[in-house]
Amino acid sequence: MGHQDHSFSCAIHPSSLHIHSAFTLQSELELELERRARKLYEQGGQRTMAVAGLGETVCELRQAYESGKTRSLAWRQAQLRGLLRFLKEEEEAAFAALREDLGKHRAEAYRDEVGLLVKSANEALRQLGKWTTPERVWIPLVAFPATAQIVPEPLGVILVFSCWNVPLGLSLEPLIGAIAAGNAVAVKPSELSPCTAKFIGDNIGRYVDASAVKVVQGGAEVGEQLMEHRWDKVLFTGSPRIGRAVMAAASRHLTPVALELGGKCPCIFDMMGSARELQIAVNRIIGAKWSSCAGQACLAIDYVLVEERYLPILLKVLKSTLKRFFSDPDHMARIVNARHFERLSNLLKDKAVAPSILHGGSMDAKDLYIEPTILLNPPLDSAIMTEEIFGPLLPIITLKKIEDSVAFVRAMPKPLAIYAFTGDAALRRRIVEETSSGTVVFNDALVQYAIDALPFGGVGQSGFGQYHGKYSFEMFSHKKAVMKRGYLIELTLRYPPWNERKINLMRRLYRFDYVGFVLSFLGLRR
Amino acid sequence: MAEAVVRELRASFTAGRTRPVEWRAAQLTALVRMIEEKEADISAALQADLAKPHMESYLHEISLAKASCKFSLKGMKSWTKPEKVPSAITTFPSTAQIVPEPLGVVLIISAWNYPFLLSIDPVIGAIAAGNAVVLKPSEIAPATSSLFAKLLPEYVDNSCIKVVEGGVDETTDLLEQKWDKIFYTGNGTIGRIVMTAAAKHLTPVALELGGKCPVIVDSDVDLHVAVKRIAVGKWGCNNGQACIAPDYIITTKSFAPELVDSLKRVIKRFYGEDPLQSADLSRIVNSKHFNRLTSLVEDKKVADKIVYGGQTDEKQLKIAPTLLLDVPLDTALMTGEIFGPYLPIVTVEKIEDSIDFINSKTKPLAAYLFTKNKKLQDNFVTNVPAGGMLVNDVALHLTNPHLPFGGVGESGMGSYHGKFSFDCFTHKKAVLIRGFGGEATARYPPYTQEKQKILRGLINGSFIALILALLGFPREKR
Repeated sequence: MGHQDHSFSCAIHPSSLHIHSAFTLQSELELELERRARKLYEQGGQRTMAVAGLGETVCELRQAYESGKTRSLAWRQAQLRGLLRFLKEEEEAAFAALREDLGKHRAEAYRDEVGLLVKSANEALRQLGKWTTPERVWIPLVAFPATAQIVPEPLGVILVFSCWNVPLGLSLEPLIGAIAAGNAVAVKPSELSPCTAKFIGDNIGRYVDASAVKVVQGGAEVGEQLMEHRWDKVLFTGSPRIGRAVMAAASRHLTPVALELGGKCPCIFDMMGSARELQIAVNRIIGAKWSSCAGQACLAIDYVLVEERYLPILLKVLKSTLKRFFSDPDHMARIVNARHFERLSNLLKDKAVAPSILHGGSMDAKDLYIEPTILLNPPLDSAIMTEEIFGPLLPIITLKKIEDSVAFVRAMPKPLAIYAFTGDAALRRRIVEETSSGTVVFNDALVQYAIDALPFGGVGQSGFGQYHGKYSFEMFSHKKAVMKRGYLIELTLRYPPWNERKINLMRRLYRFDYVGFVLSFLGLRR
Repeated sequence: MAEAVVRELRASFTAGRTRPVEWRAAQLTALVRMIEEKEADISAALQADLAKPHMESYLHEISLAKASCKFSLKGMKSWTKPEKVPSAITTFPSTAQIVPEPLGVVLIISAWNYPFLLSIDPVIGAIAAGNAVVLKPSEIAPATSSLFAKLLPEYVDNSCIKVVEGGVDETTDLLEQKWDKIFYTGNGTIGRIVMTAAAKHLTPVALELGGKCPVIVDSDVDLHVAVKRIAVGKWGCNNGQACIAPDYIITTKSFAPELVDSLKRVIKRFYGEDPLQSADLSRIVNSKHFNRLTSLVEDKKVADKIVYGGQTDEKQLKIAPTLLLDVPLDTALMTGEIFGPYLPIVTVEKIEDSIDFINSKTKPLAAYLFTKNKKLQDNFVTNVPAGGMLVNDVALHLTNPHLPFGGVGESGMGSYHGKFSFDCFTHKKAVLIRGFGGEATARYPPYTQEKQKILRGLINGSFIALILALLGFPREKR
């Protein structure tokens, strides 16, 4: 999900894992990560706070969990209600922080962050009873009498790494799931959105149980220190590069991880049936590109694929709608910092790419503002077409036939989402069956994030692990199999000494050949 | 070599060979046939690798593998169907569904103690889910490994399902490739290496590891039934070399003598006066493990605690069922996973103390409790984290395909069996189809006050807001 300033140096020591000397790949990884960390340190990376106190923080969380207080439904409900109050009472402050960090308009902040969190917390409160109830399962007759069920239990102490582009949402959405599942949680907001990080850290303690829900502030160093400890699960949202480091660090403690990464989410644009549909489709494309954090979103439309002959009309409607929506530049977010601003402007300055700029392209470094920009057919090997853009630049790639888009998308790494605007059922089926992505959305974009019943997560390069709704609860739970038997009926066949007769009897039982079993048992059949 | 294998499988997968449900059913049907036709060969291989008694081979490997195949064949039709889910008022009108799709090309690394079952069971799940598979059987069970290498190509589609034999070098080579999932059964040390290797390619992993599976025995049980179940769960499962075999027993100081006597009697009944001669006991898999086990009891302070058994036959690699009482807790026998026929008994003052004792160690793959006391049962289920649990019996839960089988914490991550195997190798793709009927202009800038109000309502699932939005409020100037 975009690019982070920090990288991790994982303290994996080959010796401590007793690796066979042939396992060179792991030490390569370690060397590369140490190289990057040293470089960052030399560049005077961000000073982090309270690194010394981290061990205590982790200890406190574990004590809170071991005390058993996070297990009770009452505690979980109290935390969720606390979060709801937090979001309600501190809404204006939240909007201000998001405005400060990213220039997000309050409507966007509500639509994409605060509002969704309120919905999720309410859903969790509503469903908590259902989610925590053990599920009874079927038992084969052979085991009679017995009961079997699946009992969800919390994993223990969870670590959540948030990301800078949806800084409130990506911190609190996982928190809701982890709390609902009965865990103690540490959240590390991204230091690249410092106002929101501070806002969460300064205020949340008044609304939730601060002994079991902690906010840890800091940058790469702090992240690295946190991963030295043992967690019961780590959820990381960010770039694949850091995702690799997090997973490698987690493997030391056999900590399971979930990685929410990014990718280039394509938008396949087929001809629409009417002018009205075309307008709506374009509204939605613009919404999913420029209206959400100025394109700095893992689910944002990265590029568009369209048939050559429909290009002119698409462009016409795009341009006119852009003008209408963003007549006031205040309604589009800003680029998060100078480094990303530079990265994005370099994408455009690329000599091979610059000629393909069709619309927009103007930038204001002081304001960190980049105008909505459309490009036409930049070279497929340029950075803008190989890396996740994560910004307000939209390349449009033309194809001879829209069906070619399937092969085009298949050739790229699996993205978090594939969007397609089409009324053609055959094309829809081909897209679902022949491509792979976290999600597929037809005739809209981004909205899938708001649907609790749909799991949210990636596949392949876009990550693994899913959450939202009950998937959040499951992500932070262990589904424990529990079977209970009685003493009444004893199947003595199980016990040694064994002989062929016993084996044959078992065979019949396992085939559910009960009649044969009885006859065999009585010696009336071989 | 591994690279070529992966390339071929990826080509087969990309070509779509493994997707049709008919193909998957054909592979699974062929596997059932293989198990039926080659049962004698499989038994012979297990006998060669582990001296596994025929009953165990049948009960624990062959019949379970066949049952797993048949269960998947039956369930596959419904598992592969997309699942409709409710979408939200926020996106009305829309339909939402979850479409299961295969992850792609997966690597399954098996273990030596149930070399047939632990290889074939994950493979069944991977095939049912529509993946291409590489199976790497354990080289420590060489007869079973070469049996797979010989048999599988005769029964299944070679372009999509392959066996790669070998040891550390071949495994290293395999781990360097890019897989869509890696499924590993074995120990925590290698589990860490597998996960680290997978991190390089962002490959999700399932790790089925081990741990010290405790058995709490309360004094209110039908003792003579309980010890039979414990005995068959310990020594009737590869002579203790099983990840879910009881590792140690906890009971009260007062009950211990009776328990020990009962255990002695049942061992005699099952395995005779000289268990080393019994055909119903597996041998230790190789001399490395034999030496590892015997060194656990070398120390005098451990050897002194042996109350029954202890006989060994180095030539045959056999160790008799052995009971120990109150071994010092800081010894290797009491800290590491035993994975052998030694059964230490730990005594506590009150039976409830056993819960804290278990929780002082890492989370096990399975935990067992023998008691009729409902309160103790509830305490146990609520307060002992473990992969799976069984009350009043041992090991059986893994035979129920409706229960997920897997560890937590040090005992692993991910689960399988039954539909859980299918899910293990599947990506649940969310698919949302929207129409153009409801266009909520409130979503788009410029953001006016009116729009924000409607947006709030929409996100909170308010019907009124939805209706207003559907009616096109607020009206936009064109």
